[in-house]
Amino acid sequence: MTETALLKTPLHALHVELGAKMVPFAGYDMPVQYPAGVKAEHLHTRTRTGLFDVSHMGQVRLTGADAARDLERLVPGDLDGLAIGQMRYSMFTNNEGGILDDLMVCRIEDGLMVVVNAACKDADIAHMRAQLSSEITVLEDRALIALQGPGAEAALSALAPAAATLSFMTGAEMDVDGAACFVTRSGYTGEDGYEISVPADQADALARTLLARNDVEAIGLGARDSLRLEAGLCLYGHDIDETTTPVEAALTWSIGKRRREEGGFPGADVILGQIKNGAPRKRVGILPDGRAPAREGTEIQAPDGTSIGSITSGGFGPSLEAPLAMGYVTTEHAAAGSAVNVVVRGKALPAKIAKMPFVPNGYKR
Amino acid sequence: MSERRYTEDHEWIDLDGEIGTVGITDFAQEQLGEVVFVEVPDVGKVVAQGDETAVVESVKAASELYAPVTGEVVEANTALADTPDLVNSDPEGDAWFYKIKLSDKDEFDALMDADAYKAHTEA
Repeated sequence: MTETALLKTPLHALHVELGAKMVPFAGYDMPVQYPAGVKAEHLHTRTRTGLFDVSHMGQVRLTGADAARDLERLVPGDLDGLAIGQMRYSMFTNNEGGILDDLMVCRIEDGLMVVVNAACKDADIAHMRAQLSSEITVLEDRALIALQGPGAEAALSALAPAAATLSFMTGAEMDVDGAACFVTRSGYTGEDGYEISVPADQADALARTLLARNDVEAIGLGARDSLRLEAGLCLYGHDIDETTTPVEAALTWSIGKRRREEGGFPGADVILGQIKNGAPRKRVGILPDGRAPAREGTEIQAPDGTSIGSITSGGFGPSLEAPLAMGYVTTEHAAAGSAVNVVVRGKALPAKIAKMPFVPNGYKR
Repeated sequence: MSERRYTEDHEWIDLDGEIGTVGITDFAQEQLGEVVFVEVPDVGKVVAQGDETAVVESVKAASELYAPVTGEVVEANTALADTPDLVNSDPEGDAWFYKIKLSDKDEFDALMDADAYKAHTEA
């Protein structure tokens, strides 16, 4: 059997040592779960602290006095309005208003720090290099560790007191146990926590120091997926892609007032038109009435049997203790509380449109 | 004393007279992870060998159980609907899925015995 060589993150040896089940993900050999299992890892993150290796994601620095205005030409988020140290969620759009990738942007003294999805990073970097005038530096020599959960602040501030002073969606450079890191108070689990950009050669030691605390456990991609689903957060390639606009994806909140007035990003005519006149479909949360999970690809029907959309992410929520899903439905069926059916193995099962997040988030604003 | 056989899809079947009891193996539950949903067939359902007969879903994925033999479902373990985690804690005992009245015992005899199944899981 031939295999394409998978890339390894700086924490690969640690994952193997911890007994992780490794799987290919976006070209990397990544831990999907550890011996504790997806459910226990998920609940541990909600109640204590989870440590995630997200080093496969792309970390890029844009340098230049006008980096924020420059990147605004590719995304609809208001980046110029960010104060230094403030961050924002946005997305690269195409000329049809579709989403090429979603990203996190943090303003720094001399530009921007950007984090993009692993599967899209090569295309994103090429896109930025082709379209932008800022200097673009791919931070290949840095790992990215997410520390998430109610105990994250205590765990990280023991090594970096400045971490406690960050509020949700801000970031700063700081020394973490002797390593020069860029730390943001952010994440993708719905919990309070941090993402720590750390020099690759110091990542293993930092991860081990954090894991040595009683309340910190390593968490795999399996639980990362169920955590973000309960938090109502989109997974690129599933809940959002080139065929979905930010308005359809219920991400209109991420487009600031100035950008709505000025436009000037790819697909602005489509996106601003949908903000004004409405979109034909909308991403919604879905709660099946019974116990059967409705997974990606499941058809959603109106009570009369008319097809109104499909599920883009679905499964079982360990904290919710029930099945949950998100998907797209025609706008007339998108109101929370609307009765729909999900067609699981040929059977139309009753479900309801639900507000997201499915579990309350724990952000420290 | 009943006899036990295994399928390539990691089901077990115990034969006692003409009634077979079907479940998934410990190896299968280990691969699936935490089971969160089970659907068992209706009593009276007639199935052919290889038909999708039951469903087991874990936090990770949905899997079908295929009938290891042809026959008629005579009993279903409806307790699993409320306690799907029993599949993880006692897969080869209390977490049986259904009982089936065999049409053709030759189908049972052709399935793997414990040694052959062990070799299959280690392949």
